Amino acid sequence: MSREKVPLEKISDYTWQIPKYKPGMRVPGMVFANKELLEKMHTDRTLWQCVNVAHLPGIYKYAITLPDGHEGYGFPIGGVAATDYEEGVISPGGVGYDINCGVRLVTTNLTEQDIRPKLGQLTNTIFENVPCGLGSRRKDFRVSVHDLERLVMEGVHWAVDHGLGWDEDIKHHEERGCMENADPDKISTTAKNRGLTQIGTLGSGNHFLEIQKVDKIFDDRVAKTFGIEHEGQVTIMIHCGSRGFGHQICSDYLRVMERAVQKYKIILPDRELACAPGKSREAEDYYKAMACAVNYAFVNRQTIMHWVRQSFQKVFKKDPETFGLNLVYDVAHNIAKIETHQVNGERKKVWVHRKGATRAFPPEHPEIPADYRSVGQPVLIPGSMGTSSWLLVGTEKAMNTTFGSTAHGAGRMLSRHAAKKRFWGGDVKKALEQRGIFVRSASSVVLAEEADPAYKNVDVVAEVSDRVGIATKVARFVPLAVVKG
Amino acid sequence: MEHTADAYIAAYGRNLMEAFENAALAMFEVMTDVGKIEPKIEDYVEVEAKDECALLYSWLEALLVKFDVEKMLYSKFKVLKMDETVEGLRLEAKIWGEKFNSKKHPQKVGVKAVTYHRMEVIKEPNKVTLKFILDI
Repeated sequence: MSREKVPLEKISDYTWQIPKYKPGMRVPGMVFANKELLEKMHTDRTLWQCVNVAHLPGIYKYAITLPDGHEGYGFPIGGVAATDYEEGVISPGGVGYDINCGVRLVTTNLTEQDIRPKLGQLTNTIFENVPCGLGSRRKDFRVSVHDLERLVMEGVHWAVDHGLGWDEDIKHHEERGCMENADPDKISTTAKNRGLTQIGTLGSGNHFLEIQKVDKIFDDRVAKTFGIEHEGQVTIMIHCGSRGFGHQICSDYLRVMERAVQKYKIILPDRELACAPGKSREAEDYYKAMACAVNYAFVNRQTIMHWVRQSFQKVFKKDPETFGLNLVYDVAHNIAKIETHQVNGERKKVWVHRKGATRAFPPEHPEIPADYRSVGQPVLIPGSMGTSSWLLVGTEKAMNTTFGSTAHGAGRMLSRHAAKKRFWGGDVKKALEQRGIFVRSASSVVLAEEADPAYKNVDVVAEVSDRVGIATKVARFVPLAVVKG
Repeated sequence: MEHTADAYIAAYGRNLMEAFENAALAMFEVMTDVGKIEPKIEDYVEVEAKDECALLYSWLEALLVKFDVEKMLYSKFKVLKMDETVEGLRLEAKIWGEKFNSKKHPQKVGVKAVTYHRMEVIKEPNKVTLKFILDI
């Protein structure tokens, strides 16, 4: 099945259409990539999965694969699908296991020179304060089942109320840090138990925390609006998600949706696209459960950011406010949303599935915090360990083209196994340290698997997004220190 | 096996029960070195699912949850029974392991989830192969 060559028609250098060449396809596929990225997509099932997504009932316009697209489960990672709110379906596979896996960017008023003498100490302190890697957690941070139920309903408000952040952090989150409709009665005891032990942990694999510096500014005005003042400015990026809590919710609802597929007689080309009609009870339950995981992930990143602020305080012996440490924005990369979009000249209420995709709303959109509304929504695209990361800004073009979405990251080039064979953890660490990048990792296997040549070049991904115009370049960051699971 | 997102595993056995035991062992090998997990504590797992793929998924997930919630790692598995039920299939197993200790058990990669992606149950005479991908 993966051997069949998916047909592509060139629209422009960065846009390719997959025609409706199969009878079950309700819409074409649309792929945003340059030749190099497209060639990579041909080597796995990315495009084949894009074709499968085009089969979903009620899907509008086209199934979208973004420049960082790679093979996922059911849906490709780096994809967007919008389905009609009533006639369409919602699919947990279109969100993924790590619900609200996302990124936040924090600015400081320090320069590389200011931080360099203390960088090792700061990195070690963060590594001690932020649990990462297999099975780690902080002994002094425990939540009860009651706390868990509150935090999944209240999101980042819960964190701030419990002293884990500042009031002004709240507005700088997608959904203002709290997705409505979260209902803990819709999640299993197993999910709750997994959630209890993993709140406030970075996790393993591709998740990371980096101390970075602004490497290059591409758009001065927009950068300044987001608090990026000059090249060399120190920033912090935190990349993680909803941990075992979100994974269990996804898993539980894949079972629910499998039954729904039979009940509602939905015909699908792949078991992992399991879904339910928008107006069904199954869809409503999933959406309410998913919102719990979304809020959990906001709290997770907020808590980790709080411990980073405390680490600055410990190392520099001054209040964290002294260093700025302002949250620029927190975005979700794996999420489903109810949004209104223009489809064939009509306003339509849709389920937007963003799986490995970043919302990229244009200037003046009401969902954007007031202080950013004149320029557009900040879009955060983390690179892989040791490479650059990007800040872009959402556009009107994204609204019209990709249901207000763009890419989310680098996307893997090598399988983890292949990466391990080619790179050895110790060498990876040494190579990064030779470039002046401090590395603390709980696992040398993770270091090898996450070695940067294992990923597509994130610069190319950001460039394609910029050229297509679905989010334009604002600033690029490079790491000074990396903390990994 | 190669899959760009994750760990693609093939587990073998002379029969389905043995292949399930080896699949579990492979999953813990992704997380740590199973040679370092002493089978000190005995536990019992029971899962039900509608078909063989779903049973494999549920079996591995049940073990993963034990790690997430109880911090238990396992290195010895004995599938006692695999029965057909009205709903599909039921599995009962005894498992042996110990609590995760970061000083004793080398950290490899955390497993996020079991997936159905590319999952296969291949039956040949005296040989069963299970293929599956773990999201890591």
